[in-house]
Amino acid sequence: MSRLPVGGLIDRARPLAFTFDGTLYRGHEGDTLASALLANDVRLVGRSFKYHRPRGIFSAGVEEPNALVELRSGARREPNSRATVAELYDGLEAASQNRWPSLDHDLLSINGLLSPFLGAGFYYKTFMWPAALWEKFYEPVIRRAAGLGRAADEADPDHYEKLTTFCDVLIIGAGPAGLMAALAAGRAGARVILADEDFLPGGRLNAEALEVDGMAGAAFAARLRAELDSLPNVRVMTRTTVFGVYDAGTYGALERVADHLPTPGPFQPRQRLWRIVATRAVLAAGATERPIVFGGNDRPGVMLAGAVRAYANRFGVATGTSTVVFATNDDAWRGAFEAQRAGARVTTIVDVRREVAPALTREAGALGIRTLLDGRITGTKGKLLTHVDVIANGRRERFATETLAVSGGWSPSVHLTCHHGGKPVWNEALAAFVPGTCPPGLEVAGAAAGTFSLGGALREGRTLGAKAAADVGHTSPMIEAPKAQDTPGAATAFWHVAESVGPAFVDLQNDVTAKDVSIAHREGFRSVEHLKRYTTLGMATDQGRTSNVTGLAIMASLTGQGIAETGTTIFRPPYTPVSLGALAGHHRGKDFRPVRLTPTHEWARAQGAVFIETGAWLRAQYFPRPGEKDWLESVSREVTAVRAAVGLIDVSTFGKIDLQGPDVGAFLDRVYINGFAQLGVGKARYGVMLREDGMVMDDGTTARLSPEHYVMTTTTVNAAKVYQHLEFCLQVLWPELDVTIASVSDQWAQIALAGPRARDVLARIVDAGVDVSNEGLPFMGAIEGAVMGGVPARLFRLSFSGELGYEIAVPARHGAALADALMTAGAAFGITPYGIEALGVLRIEKGHVSGNELTGQTTAGDLGMGRMASTKKDYIGRVMAARPGLTDPDRPSFIGFRPVDPAQRLRAGAHFLTPGAVASVENDEGYMSSVAYSPHLGHWIGLGFLKNGPSRIGERVRAYDPVRGNDFEVEVCSPGFIDPEGERLRG
Amino acid sequence: MRIPCPYCGARDAHEFAYLGDATLTRPDPAAPDAEGRFFDYVYQRTNPAGAHEEWWYHAQGCRQWVKVARDTRTHAIGGATLARDGAATSGDPA
Repeated sequence: MSRLPVGGLIDRARPLAFTFDGTLYRGHEGDTLASALLANDVRLVGRSFKYHRPRGIFSAGVEEPNALVELRSGARREPNSRATVAELYDGLEAASQNRWPSLDHDLLSINGLLSPFLGAGFYYKTFMWPAALWEKFYEPVIRRAAGLGRAADEADPDHYEKLTTFCDVLIIGAGPAGLMAALAAGRAGARVILADEDFLPGGRLNAEALEVDGMAGAAFAARLRAELDSLPNVRVMTRTTVFGVYDAGTYGALERVADHLPTPGPFQPRQRLWRIVATRAVLAAGATERPIVFGGNDRPGVMLAGAVRAYANRFGVATGTSTVVFATNDDAWRGAFEAQRAGARVTTIVDVRREVAPALTREAGALGIRTLLDGRITGTKGKLLTHVDVIANGRRERFATETLAVSGGWSPSVHLTCHHGGKPVWNEALAAFVPGTCPPGLEVAGAAAGTFSLGGALREGRTLGAKAAADVGHTSPMIEAPKAQDTPGAATAFWHVAESVGPAFVDLQNDVTAKDVSIAHREGFRSVEHLKRYTTLGMATDQGRTSNVTGLAIMASLTGQGIAETGTTIFRPPYTPVSLGALAGHHRGKDFRPVRLTPTHEWARAQGAVFIETGAWLRAQYFPRPGEKDWLESVSREVTAVRAAVGLIDVSTFGKIDLQGPDVGAFLDRVYINGFAQLGVGKARYGVMLREDGMVMDDGTTARLSPEHYVMTTTTVNAAKVYQHLEFCLQVLWPELDVTIASVSDQWAQIALAGPRARDVLARIVDAGVDVSNEGLPFMGAIEGAVMGGVPARLFRLSFSGELGYEIAVPARHGAALADALMTAGAAFGITPYGIEALGVLRIEKGHVSGNELTGQTTAGDLGMGRMASTKKDYIGRVMAARPGLTDPDRPSFIGFRPVDPAQRLRAGAHFLTPGAVASVENDEGYMSSVAYSPHLGHWIGLGFLKNGPSRIGERVRAYDPVRGNDFEVEVCSPGFIDPEGERLRG
Repeated sequence: MRIPCPYCGARDAHEFAYLGDATLTRPDPAAPDAEGRFFDYVYQRTNPAGAHEEWWYHAQGCRQWVKVARDTRTHAIGGATLARDGAATSGDPA
């Protein structure tokens, strides 16, 4: 065991059992999977992406490139989880990835020997010939070999939530700067959210053993957290990563609600996606340590120095029985001293600098640590690290060590500052990129701003927190900044050991070496964006957190340009990976979007309806009866019943718009092509609306209930669009018109009653005094009256089917009762519920247009309604509809079709050709838009668009449907297949 | 993006439907060159990088058409006005 006897912020009284690759281990509450693995001396945790080289834990945070594991099993298996941030829980299951047959004996490690062929750009150079082999052979093989983990192959059983919240000041990161910013803003009275990705606030205060105000840093962090928790205006959100900065102070955040539990509790989401709207924000995201590139720098046992320090201080773990430190900066020395004091045996510090502060070498001496200045690690040995090769002062030396702690300095975590396109700026003195232009309302404090001393971070956080609060009107006396070490350690920029032996990795996750960078340079891929795409440097789950700056520094040295001129690639959201489940939230499967049910849904279900989705609605498609062999038989029965007696269908899904005011008539005249100003009270009229470009937008009927009160119906699919259009006309185009509109689609249930016995049925449900006779309610009449004993109703005499028809509207809550009442009243007449299939057959038989014809590419003329258009007024679309291209008589126009062979089934989508003409686009004469089997006629019928259609009645044309292999002749006929004179509906 | 609806206050852009250029005026249909002017009105759009005035419809709110001044490069909102009455509102989306 490498667990130190004392120390750390783990709860030693609470042991937790977990497995890695099936082996049982023990950790403690407060551990991450990585710290627990290290405590159990598990040093090999994965295989690298391309070369399958053995890899160990490299970091102690989100920057981890190596220790990616599959967490959990079955439906909850999650690949590519960073062991360094996976909070340990009792029963955790983890497995290594990208190895076969086992982590220890991975056959694909042969790829390491093939590395000369797998270098930068190998995808573009190798496997190019023969091309036919790419899809069948090369790509599958490469995909299998170069892989990360396996996604679960079952549906995700967990729930995810999406929430929005608001605050005055959002603090991102709860390290020293963030905690002080939250305290200053919180004490000033601002509404504060402090979000931190870790489960334990404190950041580097927990990872380092620095004192604040005379107390241990971790204790100071706990004290601040306690005070923040006590402030009612401050909300501390742990396990919450702010991953993106969006417009107008909107921030995206992912809260891992239950990832630290075996499974989420009852009704608990696994994760929450937060949209946080903040007037001000303070980014206190800290910094990420940079490695140094040298030979064999990827061996398990090579780690970031700050991670070795964090494992010792926070987790009470020595990362190996002995440790060598390889550094460019004072901070790494301090970390070495802390690790040594904690009990991890640090033997040697190798520093690239010729000189360091004497105090450091003195302290090292006092702690028994050997120091080698002007030193470089040139190579390493062991499958797991056993030895390092050092060159110092020109002398070469090899010595044994299990851990090599590397520090090339720190890079501020500037990612979020770049989300609005701002570019980080190279600071030569810090040898680091610091924030450039930040998103509006966001300021940066602490190490993220390049302020690397603890005292400086505390002070800067305090100041920016207070400033943010003051910006939103909460001022208070400035609080004291706590006392802490106040001078940043010295550092030098150093990237790459020139004397390296063996592959020297820049990007551990993508197996990109210093040599790959030089190949990219040699082959001309020198801009950072080209470098990234050619070598894959900086891609994948870690997005190059430990490799970007080093990679471009090496490129800069090759090109001779400075790092500032070389620049960085662009940081985009998300800061760390966000699960697709969280982005989807509850919008999965049947919940992808809400399903709307008609007021008679339960009634229809009781009638045995088969339902179908039509747009947002679930509607009755047809009502099968026992013994019917297929849907066509049921639909034909329903159609026949309507033609012979009476049927009913729920048409509540139509859009219904209430229009009131003295100018409604004038308004309707401007939005419909036909005249409405003269529509009398108690009358309804069919109308067609165009878009301003002259194409038909929608059709429907509008009834005038009283002098200043109208009600319009729209098609189901266009209900929202038409409403929005009417509001645009009223508010933007003609605000002078005194008209008010309201959508009442949901307020009214509407049932169509159709068939020769419709009036007999209706007469039985209307209250006394409501006259539904042919005189009292003539065709296209609209009256208000009561039904079913006092239920207010609107009665319209309309017909979509071509039969005597009514539409009865009642308040939506009475919809089901109305259906029942009609069924009872109609029982004696054989009343039949029908679905939208029968509705479609009825309207095709009658030759009415519907959605298949209102495609947005058809004019009123195309639809055979050109003569409806008024010439006495202007209306939306009139001017553009007059363009020659839209009035060309050669345009395919609306007409009917019947098969020459009556047994032939028609198919919508077939194109029309003159018999004998070659099937080509030039010869295309139109297409079939709607078809149905007409039980009335006993054969299939169709509607469609044909060039000069109305003048070709009786002609035979070829219906050509290469998609389904149909090619036969049809006869052009009138689109009115039934009762073309309209006697039925007027009877 | 957040839009300061003059009626409802600052609301997320998801509540709105976008139409586009709000500087266009529907031409006089009786004008002798009406067809050409309508052609421009219906189809011709500039695509400015920078300040732009646009129509947004508060579909999930007050159902008002709002004229929004937006910088197309930064999404900074300069202000919003109800189409119907021209009442201006602050551009600060907070």
